[in-house]
Amino acid sequence: MDDKVLIARRVACELKDGNLVNLGIGLPTMVPRYLPPGIEVYFQSENGIIGMAAVPGAGMEEPSLTDAGGGFVGAIPGAASIDSCLSFGLIRGGHLDLTILGGLEVDEQGCLANWMVPGKMLPGMGGAMDLVTGAKRVIVAMSHTAKGKPKILRRCTLPLTSVRRVNLIVTEMAVIEPTEKGLLLREIAPGLSIESVVAATEATLIVSSHVPEMAFGPDAMLTEPQRQS
Amino acid sequence: MNKFLSCTEAVEMIPDGASIMIGGFMGVGSPHRMIAEMVRQGRKDLTIIANDTGTPGFGIGQLVAAKRIRKLIASHIGLNPETQRQVIAGEMDAELCPQGTLAERIRAGGFGLGGVLTPTGLGTVVAEGKQVIDIDGKKFLLEKPLTADFALIAAHRSDYRGNLEYSLTARNFNVVMATACRTVIAEPEHIVPTGVIPPDAVATPFICVHHIVGRAVINGR
Repeated sequence: MDDKVLIARRVACELKDGNLVNLGIGLPTMVPRYLPPGIEVYFQSENGIIGMAAVPGAGMEEPSLTDAGGGFVGAIPGAASIDSCLSFGLIRGGHLDLTILGGLEVDEQGCLANWMVPGKMLPGMGGAMDLVTGAKRVIVAMSHTAKGKPKILRRCTLPLTSVRRVNLIVTEMAVIEPTEKGLLLREIAPGLSIESVVAATEATLIVSSHVPEMAFGPDAMLTEPQRQS
Repeated sequence: MNKFLSCTEAVEMIPDGASIMIGGFMGVGSPHRMIAEMVRQGRKDLTIIANDTGTPGFGIGQLVAAKRIRKLIASHIGLNPETQRQVIAGEMDAELCPQGTLAERIRAGGFGLGGVLTPTGLGTVVAEGKQVIDIDGKKFLLEKPLTADFALIAAHRSDYRGNLEYSLTARNFNVVMATACRTVIAEPEHIVPTGVIPPDAVATPFICVHHIVGRAVINGR
């Protein structure tokens, strides 16, 4: 399985029925394709819509209906369009159940850095700082390493997005839960050894005597990717 | 009172060096005709307050490509590499601000507030040089209001008075920006007789809108 697909499928299992969810740009937008059957979630996009869906068909794109990356989307019946103040009021005010964001680095304290590389890359934080500060749950979905170098570090070297501890890190190698005591290795990807995960991680991992293989839920692996509805 | 003018006339009101809020999110809900006209008329040394700078050559990206922005206050420039290049090279001064904080700073500016207290940015570089205030044991960052000389906003429909209605995700920053600037110029896609937009559907009331840009081409004429 492609690394990004594996990450998206594993993250999709974290979505609960009835959740209001915000997806970051990039990999997180793949997550809705792998929603477990029978789960209904609502996607919020910070540019101003609750109830975002995929464009239903070719030729049905609408210039005034896009996601935060400017890509065309659709909307579910009952969707609501909102302005930026309300959109971020909901995000900051704790009305959002879950945000799924990409990451450049995460550290042993569970702090995320994902908005700039000084002197090289300056995308800006966009909505990420508000999302990480205000969402009830934060999941970081990212590659475990970049050009062979660990992204899960003792301390972030890049400017932080927030000092809030994220709830879960999902990579193509592992599922890691930041806790008060440190980073708990919850699951490892099929076919990998614990040693290989530890070797690819700079931060200390708390490893229990039995670390289960990454779980994808009962049906998610069997179903074809489904479009958001 | 007739608020209608041409796009050329609207942009002629804006001097070089003006501070301007521009509505839109990645160019969706941006006043594209006024942006293009600012480039055409050679407007320069601008301070632009906006969520983002669109993509290269699109939306506010047109002003970036023509190097007309001296100072930028925005939340995200990740989809416009040319903006990042100009900022990193020191050709443009940029203040990056969390998106929700940007919206609230503009709201504070338009709503007569002395600032807003937000938890966003605490403990990060965003908090540098800013006051941290303790409210009942919880820490917040004091973020100051933003105002500007002009707001250039886009709407789906305007009636003859300037009541504005928006469409879907083209609403975004337009609503709040229309409260925070000395002169507000709206660029609607459609102009309808007063009364066509029901009161409940008006998102920006006419009293906030000073000028309305008329349609460029009407039925081919």
